[in-house]
Amino acid sequence: MMRGVGVLASLLVLAGCAAAPRTLYTWGSYEELIYASYATPGKVAPQEQVEILEKDYQQARAANKRMPPGWHAHLGYLYYQLGKTDQARQELLTEKAEFPESGVFMDRLLTNLKKS
Amino acid sequence: MNARLLAPAVLGGVACFLLGGCVTTAPYDYTNFRANPPRSILILPPLNESTALEGTYGYLSTVTQPVAELGYYVFPVQVVDSFLKENGMPTAGEMHQVPLGRVKEITGADAVLFVTLEQYGSKYQILGSTTIVKVRAKLVDTRSQTLLWEGRGQAQQGSSGSGNLVADLIASAVVQAINSKTDPAHNVSRLANVQLFRTRNSGLPYGPYSPEYNKQP
Repeated sequence: MMRGVGVLASLLVLAGCAAAPRTLYTWGSYEELIYASYATPGKVAPQEQVEILEKDYQQARAANKRMPPGWHAHLGYLYYQLGKTDQARQELLTEKAEFPESGVFMDRLLTNLKKS
Repeated sequence: MNARLLAPAVLGGVACFLLGGCVTTAPYDYTNFRANPPRSILILPPLNESTALEGTYGYLSTVTQPVAELGYYVFPVQVVDSFLKENGMPTAGEMHQVPLGRVKEITGADAVLFVTLEQYGSKYQILGSTTIVKVRAKLVDTRSQTLLWEGRGQAQQGSSGSGNLVADLIASAVVQAINSKTDPAHNVSRLANVQLFRTRNSGLPYGPYSPEYNKQP
């Protein structure tokens, strides 16, 4: 019995240190796609990246979770690379609405988008 | 005290120590931080002092999650990187020289996180290999230009160890498998970040999006 308590205690300690039990956001493949696009350029095409990210988004919505800061702007940037300026604009506006801290930067990108 | 009772607790402590989350060091002086608590953080690609070229982006692609999960707005790192490159700053070295007032004007960021990668990569020996990532970071206020916080993080992993325990806990991405196969230091970066940002009394405090924000001293 005592030993069981000891094991339980050490497990709790472990769990407390290993990782936060709940996350604020759904991360999906966001950071891993960033890495892949630098490490193996061209291997995961922008179109494919968009599809993976949109799928992550659907899953997050179904679970009622938020996408992380920067995520919508990143997706908007991919749409811009694909020449889909309407979708790009929409994502930049979503970023700004979700995270007002991004306003100055998003306005700048939106202005640049208008010129392109 | 019975040694058998003690063993699991000691093991737990050792595991904790290895994971880096519970390492105690001298408490950090948060006076400047408390005077200018940031809401938004712009993270630049790290200055790479290691011999591994792939370290710059192998590390950059692991640093958004820990800072955002602490409760800060983190600017999209790849968009920022592309934007700066298109505006005449092709390398991290040049980006780290950009005047803080200019960063504030262009992005509205409250603070900039400057990371330096001291070591990144694997050493191969006769039996297996050791992968090491060592970083230091400074968070600087864009308005007052004062240093708000600084810290260090280090992690290493042997190829014969249990491997991806923490990576499994943190990430569950499709692309992860491919990336970690090509570059084990990419995953070890996540461990180094746990020590850098989460060390009690010297890590980065919680930000406004965290439910812990108002509970901290």
